[in-house]
Amino acid sequence: MELVKSIVTPVVLDYEYVTGRAQSRFLRGIAEGRILGQRCVECRRVYVPARGACPRCAVATEEEVQVADRGTVTTFCIVRVPSENLSFTPPYACVAVLLDGANIPFNHVMQECPLENVRMGMRVQAVWADKKDLGPSMQSIRYFKPLAEPDAEYDSYKEHL
Amino acid sequence: MRDVAIVSFAQSTKARELRNEIEILMPVVREAVSASRLPRSEIGFTCSGSSDYLQGQSFAFVGALDAVGAWPPIRESHVEMDGAWALYEAWIKIQTGDVDSALVYSFGKSSPGDIAEVLALQLDPYTVTPLWPDADSLAAIQARAFLEATGKSERELAEVVARSRRNAIANPHAVVSGEFDVEKLLLEPYVSSPLRAHDLPPVTDGASALVLVAGERARQLCSRPVWIRGIDHRIEPQSLGARPLVRSESTEIAGQKAGVHKGKVDFAELHAPYSHQELILRAALGLGDGVEINPSGGALASHPLMAAGLVRIGEAAIRIMAGHGNRAVAHATQGPCLQQNLVCVLEGD
Amino acid sequence: MGEHSAVIGIGQTKYDAKRIDVSMPGLVREAAQAALADADLSWKDIDAVVVGKAPDMFEGVMMPELFLADSLGAAGKPLIRVHTAGSVGGSTGIVASSLVEAGTFERVLCVAFEKQSESNAMWALTVSTPFSVAVVAGAGGYFAPLIRAYMRRSGAPEDTGIRVAVKDRQNALKNPYAHVKLPGVSFEQVMASPMLWDPIRYLETCPSSDGACAMIFGSERAARKSPGKPAWVHATAMRSEPTMFAGRDQVNPLAGRMNAKDLYAKAGITNPRQEIDCAEIYVPFSWFEPMWMETMGFAEEGQGWRMTYEGATALDGDLPVNMSGGVLSSNPIGASGLIRFAEAAMQVRGQAGEHQVDGVHKALGHAYGGGSQYFSTYIVADHRA
Repeated sequence: MELVKSIVTPVVLDYEYVTGRAQSRFLRGIAEGRILGQRCVECRRVYVPARGACPRCAVATEEEVQVADRGTVTTFCIVRVPSENLSFTPPYACVAVLLDGANIPFNHVMQECPLENVRMGMRVQAVWADKKDLGPSMQSIRYFKPLAEPDAEYDSYKEHL
Repeated sequence: MRDVAIVSFAQSTKARELRNEIEILMPVVREAVSASRLPRSEIGFTCSGSSDYLQGQSFAFVGALDAVGAWPPIRESHVEMDGAWALYEAWIKIQTGDVDSALVYSFGKSSPGDIAEVLALQLDPYTVTPLWPDADSLAAIQARAFLEATGKSERELAEVVARSRRNAIANPHAVVSGEFDVEKLLLEPYVSSPLRAHDLPPVTDGASALVLVAGERARQLCSRPVWIRGIDHRIEPQSLGARPLVRSESTEIAGQKAGVHKGKVDFAELHAPYSHQELILRAALGLGDGVEINPSGGALASHPLMAAGLVRIGEAAIRIMAGHGNRAVAHATQGPCLQQNLVCVLEGD
Repeated sequence: MGEHSAVIGIGQTKYDAKRIDVSMPGLVREAAQAALADADLSWKDIDAVVVGKAPDMFEGVMMPELFLADSLGAAGKPLIRVHTAGSVGGSTGIVASSLVEAGTFERVLCVAFEKQSESNAMWALTVSTPFSVAVVAGAGGYFAPLIRAYMRRSGAPEDTGIRVAVKDRQNALKNPYAHVKLPGVSFEQVMASPMLWDPIRYLETCPSSDGACAMIFGSERAARKSPGKPAWVHATAMRSEPTMFAGRDQVNPLAGRMNAKDLYAKAGITNPRQEIDCAEIYVPFSWFEPMWMETMGFAEEGQGWRMTYEGATALDGDLPVNMSGGVLSSNPIGASGLIRFAEAAMQVRGQAGEHQVDGVHKALGHAYGGGSQYFSTYIVADHRA
């Protein structure tokens, strides 16, 4: 008699995610093609995307500041390994972008740029979805592309490494 | 053993929050820390309790650090358990002498998923979970066994509910409260016989936090610190057939080790998410009719899963602080049908 | 204040991509029974049980320690389940030791495990909310940019990571429990392996493994009765910081540095490079070896890579690191931190067989987790503090 070695038991659970108030305001801004950062009243730093609290100071970040949709690549990696949940097909460059006006970089993807040209300090510009496709989701920013500007000085972003 | 006291407690509960976990937690932590009068920089250790599966995301608790002010870096740990066990880990840490105070917090939103269904994942994945027995139905099996073994009736379950909801009227954090007629409750349909909707815990989102301080420092900070005189917890085998369902053996052991009957018990906060479980726990702890159970309304009035056990301890503490009794028992549970139980004996000066 | 605690039993399972020969209860028992045998104890001698593992979505079971309670002899005992992300294995050991140090229990069994073949770890790590964009593929995708930042900051030669990988993979050949074993592994082989998240290559990356590790911590009384040589706990330390905040140094995190400082202060160590004989450090991607050498104070900032280059961290170096083959060779995520603690204790107890370093008096076990934000470490020695 052959022993049962394993069984497959599908697990299906539905969750209704709630963004929370701070993220909700941020996503409404995104739906209008605007990137809203939030400033901490104590340390004055601007957070993007919004998280509702400054982790350094543990205070709610209420003050909204619009930041530019262009910025500097502080660091990056080239993703070559596929995975189920990814929004992009490897290989692609995952970049940490410090938007002009923000104090913290966030991750997104670089396109319209040969992989070997991706480098720290590059200036990049957000490419938005078509107006009709804009919605309250980070998917409204399709990707970042290179800006025809000289690279940022290392000193200007090294604290973010 | 070092003397450790609870010097503050805060909670937030709502049936369904539109805030996310961090937004709910932050003011609660703030309130507990501020009410403790302990400067944040003096907090020796931080420990939290929560479950990834409630949020439907891995590492869900990591984001909660944002609510706590972990900068400069803190000594911190986390248990994938109800906050009552986070309190236990913190209490142990203080006993080692490495730290003299701790912030304990816990949170959970039960509203995003179908919580009774999510809890089916807490079972044996090979032989039980594939049948998807939801938590309410498992509790009903226990309730049926209990009624048959003890000869108690559904009326007594309804009486637990009516009393809890009446007590909850005075509790600003209750999500269910009011005067309910036992006869009318008994006319409600079953959800999973013999349990009716009111016998089940209300779906609740929430967070709770408290601060522990050792020794004399507790008296400097708080006019009436609440001392943890004893604390113990035990677990039983999970399988419903492998343990008695109609008595809670682990609660009996934990109660005995925590020293419940070393003094008079003025009241008890028992974490009974299902009405019949209050009767089982009362018996396990040997609490006679003279002991008031769940003056807060208990878990039937508000049940922020993963924070609810810590709430029982906190509710007992604030009652002692307010002078409504001097010595109390607080209890927390997790796992299907009272599988794991923690008992804590609290006393004012 | 505080009682002494010592490691008196250690057990590990064979690590593999899929331990299809055992269920989850079977896996944890394999490690636990080995630890009990090592300590010449039986289940009833254990007073409390601590279980550690990483996200439950890795197995698709919520709070699996609940259904595993009786398979770990925990019925009627206290059981705690720790979860501090990747550092959890370390935290598990620390909580177990604390239960003894508190004077509450005499003998505490801790088990850390992962049977991630039963679910899909990459998926579990990448699950995100509907309004976000999943760009980071697994842990490697998160850490690769940090490694690039370290390379820039330190000026380390590009092949530093390859050298670490070769060393750890050669060490693994001497470890009977290791998952990934590549006989004849060479520099060229590692360099030629596919680039996964530039600059991390396939052979510079940890595997996904099933496995469990168990340790028994005992009081001084229990240690004196124990047949084996105890590994006395001289210090434990835990520090955390938030994942993401403006100006955060993720390459050499303050939480990691403060953790090291706490640890050495408690252990009375003033010159770690001299006073510690060997270390098991959590290196899931090869470049973390030089990075953690700096964070742990074994090397000056920016100089950690020299230790690798000079052979200091080799099995015959002056501070061997990851004698067991490390996380690069076996990685049941929830257990990896405890394996570091176990392997460090094994060195002190003279149990490491072919990968034993001679004359170890003091060893360090290190685990980290999350976005390089949780640190759990300990020091064990062959004499009581």
